[in-house]
Amino acid sequence: MASVDITAKLTELIVARFGVKAEEVRADASFIDDLGADSIDIVELVIDIEKAFDLSIQDEDAEKIATVQDAIDYIRDHLPA
Amino acid sequence: MSRRVVITGLGAVSPLGGDAPTAWAAALAGRSGVGRISLWDASSWPVQINGEVRGFSPDALLGREARRYERFTWFALAAAREAVRDAGLPEAAPLGDGAGVYLGSGIGGAQAIARNAVQLAAEGPRHLSPSFVPQSLTNMAAGAVAMAHGATGPSLCVATACATGNHSIGEAWRAIRDGDAELILAGGAEGAMFDLGLGGFMAMKALSKRNDAPEKASRPFDRGRDGFVMAEGAGVLVLEELGAAKARGARIYAEVLGYALNNDAHHITAPPAGHAGAARCMARALEKAGLQAEDVDYVNAHGTSTKANDAEESRAIRAVFGRHADQLAVSSTKSMTGHMLGAAGGIEAIFCALALRDQVMPPTINLDAPDEGCDLDYVPHQAKERRLRVVMSNAFGFGGTNAVVIFGAPPA
Repeated sequence: MASVDITAKLTELIVARFGVKAEEVRADASFIDDLGADSIDIVELVIDIEKAFDLSIQDEDAEKIATVQDAIDYIRDHLPA
Repeated sequence: MSRRVVITGLGAVSPLGGDAPTAWAAALAGRSGVGRISLWDASSWPVQINGEVRGFSPDALLGREARRYERFTWFALAAAREAVRDAGLPEAAPLGDGAGVYLGSGIGGAQAIARNAVQLAAEGPRHLSPSFVPQSLTNMAAGAVAMAHGATGPSLCVATACATGNHSIGEAWRAIRDGDAELILAGGAEGAMFDLGLGGFMAMKALSKRNDAPEKASRPFDRGRDGFVMAEGAGVLVLEELGAAKARGARIYAEVLGYALNNDAHHITAPPAGHAGAARCMARALEKAGLQAEDVDYVNAHGTSTKANDAEESRAIRAVFGRHADQLAVSSTKSMTGHMLGAAGGIEAIFCALALRDQVMPPTINLDAPDEGCDLDYVPHQAKERRLRVVMSNAFGFGGTNAVVIFGAPPA
């Protein structure tokens, strides 16, 4: 999957989950500080990502995903071949 | 001199409309809020009718917070916001330590339990939602309303099935009298309107199957009644200490005069013959209010439209009121709202407050032929004007639980 497609799909998930506008979902946006999420929202988003991208994200990896870019990087590096 | 408690704000979401004035106008017009189930495909179900809250947008009310909460909490938040606004209280500023929230639910967020049970069965524990517990907890409506209005005083969630709203209002009355709070948002919320939720009551054979005429399905005291109509919504009242209400120039709808609670200790769902528990509860509420049976002008009955309740409740009213039972008027607004379960006591208290304000009693619609044992004046079909000074609201729940609240005209 191309990086641009990952970003588009992830943006859709974030918009749906957090109720923010697509233009707010910048790469450097922090889920908590910029997108108003709390810890429960982030766990929900990780589940959304797992389902949408067919991934299995370990808790210790999930804890490191703090920004939109962190999520894009993780997905790109772990997408099934 | 004990502290007196008055009602200064009303808020309701119900099958009769999105706010309290709309519901009251519909009730006085004798309109039914019952229709065909739209929330899921029930076209092959034995029961295809319910009392749904229609046209409600949680996103418009709550924005992104909506998904955090289950349906019953949405209704609680909407009704509480309306009640706060109606009472002329600040909407933006926190209500503070003097303000409490006594808001219960019969069933709470059962949808969240069902969704996550399916998830668990399908994929194991990996994708259980972190929102599952907070969404399903029955006290989350009280919690969410407290957060929305900065009410940091006493908070309580009553879960006494169909008597929840009455117990919440009664316990709030007690708390304000005791000096634990100056103001309490009190009532009930119910939103377990989904296939499993309705299916459970259907399995008990408790629900009307009058699918071909939904608006005629809820017919308390009528010979043709065949069960209750499951409904949903919320009713929230602002209860306030009289002096505090007067000091801020609040409009007073009514006073809460008394309250009693007890248990039949008889059967999981059925009342005993003659509903002796309900009779004792009504008598005790009168005693707590310092009133005689003759003082009561109108009773908003529990009146569910089930075979089990209506005749027994009528007998209980006769037992308590004696000869005055023939002077008294009794109606069941569930004929129009359906049975809002844990929210019923909330909206019925609102109807009692508005009946006292407008000096008019809402009708029992669909009462074409009163059943044997149903021999009171049920205000059939049409609302009726009457001088109202004291009104009583009954609520009885599965588990044998009973709660009776008495309201009076505003203090002079």
